[in-house]
Amino acid sequence: MIRFILLQNRQGKTRLAKYYVPLEDSEKHKVEYEVHRLVVNRDPKFTNFVEFRTHKVIYRRYAGLFFSLCVDITDNELAYLECIHLFVEILDHFFSNVCELDLVFNFHKVLVLP
Amino acid sequence: MNPFSSGTRLRDMIRAIRACKTAAEERAVVRKECAAIRAAINENDQDYRHRNLAKLMFIHMLGYPTHFGQMECLKLIASPGFPEKRIGYLGLMLLLDERQEVLMLVTNSVKQDLNHTNQYIVGLALCALGNICSAEMARDLAPEVERLLQFRDPNIRKKAALCSIRIIKKVPDLAENFINPVAALLKEKHHGVLITGVQLCTDLCKVSPEALEYFRKKCTDGLVRTLRDLVNSPYAPEYDIAGITDPFLHIRLLKLLRVLGRGDADASDSMNDILAQVATKTESNKNAGNAILYECVETIMSIEDNGGLRVLAINILGRFLSNRDNNIRYVALNMLMRAITVDAQAVQRHRATILECVKDSDASIRKRALELVYLLVNESNVKPLTKELVDYLEVSDQDFKGDLTAKVCSIIEKFSPEKSWYIDQMLKVLTEAGNFVKDEVWHALVVVISNASDLHGYTVRALFRALQTTAEQESLVRVAVWCIGEYGDLLVSNAGMLNVEDPITVTESDAVDIVESAIKRHASDLTTKSMALIALLKLSSRFPSCSGRIKDIVVQHKGSLVLELQQRSLEFNSIIEKHQNIRSALVERMPVLDEATFGGRRASSLPNTVSTSSGTAVKLPNGVAKPSAAPLVDLLDLSDDVPAPSSSGGDFLQDLLGVNLPPATQSEGTNQTPKAGTDVLLDLLSIGSTPAQDNNLSTPDILSSGQDNKPIIASLDLLAAPSLTHTTSSTASNMMDLLDGLGPAPPKPAENGPAYPSIVAFESSSLRLTFNFSKQPGNPQTTMISGSFTNLSSNLFTDFVFQAAVPKFLQLHLDPASGNSLPASGNGTITQSLKVTNSQHGKKPLVMRLRIAYKVDGKDVLEEGQINNFPRDL
Repeated sequence: MIRFILLQNRQGKTRLAKYYVPLEDSEKHKVEYEVHRLVVNRDPKFTNFVEFRTHKVIYRRYAGLFFSLCVDITDNELAYLECIHLFVEILDHFFSNVCELDLVFNFHKVLVLP
Repeated sequence: MNPFSSGTRLRDMIRAIRACKTAAEERAVVRKECAAIRAAINENDQDYRHRNLAKLMFIHMLGYPTHFGQMECLKLIASPGFPEKRIGYLGLMLLLDERQEVLMLVTNSVKQDLNHTNQYIVGLALCALGNICSAEMARDLAPEVERLLQFRDPNIRKKAALCSIRIIKKVPDLAENFINPVAALLKEKHHGVLITGVQLCTDLCKVSPEALEYFRKKCTDGLVRTLRDLVNSPYAPEYDIAGITDPFLHIRLLKLLRVLGRGDADASDSMNDILAQVATKTESNKNAGNAILYECVETIMSIEDNGGLRVLAINILGRFLSNRDNNIRYVALNMLMRAITVDAQAVQRHRATILECVKDSDASIRKRALELVYLLVNESNVKPLTKELVDYLEVSDQDFKGDLTAKVCSIIEKFSPEKSWYIDQMLKVLTEAGNFVKDEVWHALVVVISNASDLHGYTVRALFRALQTTAEQESLVRVAVWCIGEYGDLLVSNAGMLNVEDPITVTESDAVDIVESAIKRHASDLTTKSMALIALLKLSSRFPSCSGRIKDIVVQHKGSLVLELQQRSLEFNSIIEKHQNIRSALVERMPVLDEATFGGRRASSLPNTVSTSSGTAVKLPNGVAKPSAAPLVDLLDLSDDVPAPSSSGGDFLQDLLGVNLPPATQSEGTNQTPKAGTDVLLDLLSIGSTPAQDNNLSTPDILSSGQDNKPIIASLDLLAAPSLTHTTSSTASNMMDLLDGLGPAPPKPAENGPAYPSIVAFESSSLRLTFNFSKQPGNPQTTMISGSFTNLSSNLFTDFVFQAAVPKFLQLHLDPASGNSLPASGNGTITQSLKVTNSQHGKKPLVMRLRIAYKVDGKDVLEEGQINNFPRDL
């Protein structure tokens, strides 16, 4: 089960956050900060899967944006990697050659997608 | 127009915020906007409401509080137009979550929207519901959603299915209603609906066993057929990803089949073909293909046994392992761990590859591989595996070393075929990574060494050689020092040579040299130095010629600022000088430690490990040993279980490392530890009555050198003659008895203080406890209490244990009891002394709570009470 989807840039700003489990605002910020720290320092040669608290985070980097998905331990990671890619392709299609600014200015459209 | 109305469009606001150079500027802009939005809300501004909410959402994403906008969402949802509704629902999903009560207000609007004629609006409502509905909302709206599962538009059906998934998660009871519609969903053509239908089915099965049964019977074949069609379908541009048609559907179907097939042989049979087909036909050069294979393998592993399929699955995993992509390898290692339980043989074949993975540069892969290797080890392959691991130990990273060391040590311990190999390997590990080795590990090593009597000579020589080459690893130094002390004569005489050894000549002074260097080393910590001192003592007896030199070395620490070293140095010095006659008896060989009991005790004390004192008591410098020193104090219940096993585990080690005891008195007396009358130790003691007074533990005040040493030595002299035990107990570590003039003999010194009346502290139908008080003249705060227990019943009490607790302003010391069985009807008494120090002397009287436990005819009895009748001015 997907717990949340985060899109963050390299500096740690969250461009998109969609939570599927209830969390307080302060908790959300903490989570975003931790995930960012976890993901930004990983070498590109390492696996795309990291353990995070009691769940897993599956992430992929596209240009300056990190797409992170937090899922349960028992889920199929490779499938979620495909999911991320599909999402990116849809975004691309929707905004025709999407870039980070598109996401910023049209967040309300992006939020409907996932 | 109102000057505060937010005429700015969303885009402009975003631009303005992004143009800010500093955080303060940004906050100012945001504040202004928020104020404008709040004003607009108050005015109930219709036209720009949706724009304001959009701005609010952006501000929320930046992290500012936006609670004032929640009611706006509701109003927007209630408005008739689509754009407003869209933003309203979006705001709802973003700004609220299911725990807010505001959500209830929305329920009615959502209900109306679910019945709306415009299907997009219906879609909106379903989305929102699917994202954040709470349990009550779910209950209310479930029938609507059910109805929508059969809507004509596939998109709506899809959203309804998604919504149902959430409803079921929140309210599992409603699952039955959904079973029938779902069966229909599974026959859909539209992939979107099919995927969600399959997922819904999976969740239903997880939640409700009847659903599971139902689906297993009815739908398994249908699903298998669908999967087959999917696998065989030609290229479909709509669903294609990397050459495979809709891998997501593949994966979900496989997952559902897994859930259906687990535990059920028939279902599993019907799936075998298709699983085999998927496993063989899917291409694995793209990630999508690999994802499908992974899911397939997982399914094969979980359903009922089918040998051929399993072999196929493990082969696939093997192929994954040799893939260059890290992700794939990680996933394979994960799966292999689970596969081991199923089929260990097959996994063994891939051992070499797994070993390679242990050395990988990626940390997560290394960790996984190490765990897998650990699971793979068995008697036949332990030697080569360990060799590999130990070799790798030399080159691994620091942070990984800790893990690796721990694992290697446990492997060696569990599977070592013979003792010499065990000792060898441990030596290697110690040489490389001794600093990471935990205490229990090298304790165990020492136990094994002492047990392997034929290998003593070999061991000590090997250690000697190792120590000569590297002396940085603490544990290595400690073990070596102990062995050299213990078996120094074997070292010098080259006794017990094994044929694989090279001859080595070691003179007595070499041995002394090396121990001396251990002491002198700047980096040695306290434990090592203390152990070295004892080793020197032993050597002084075994090598009489070096005795003088050893004495000089020992004497150097007379003035040490660390209490432990000082004490040892003085005591040993006096032994060397004055007590030649008993010295050799003192430092005879340690009795062989019983491995089995050690293992057992260690296992039982492990959970308590570090926290409980006594095990570590040996090693800590006096001043700092808080818990072990004052074990009895405090408000909390003293559970006798906790100190007992750990203390017995602990004293084991103390015997081992602290002192050598003449075989006559078994392993006793050294231990001071918590004697809240624990009879475990008393048994060990085998001298019930003399409450080895030296074992008093006053909370250590570190005195600087000088003063009390004389009394100690004097007392040593006094004691030397009468009783061996007392000597040994005082030489034992941790006798932090400096302060207490209680060092010598009975701690009930002069009744020179005002006399206090005795009280009956506790009386029940079967037991009476009387307290006699006395104080030392110069010490009004401290009271010596002598308690005596009388058995008033006509049954014999055995395993008698007395415990006491006092509030924080008091400090309590219990000495061991005179015995642990109380004859019936007052025919005998047990006495026990206590010492209480009242930091609020004069202001507060003493109070104490008691717990007395004993056995009558094998049955446990527990009595508790509180003593309030202490004389006031104690």
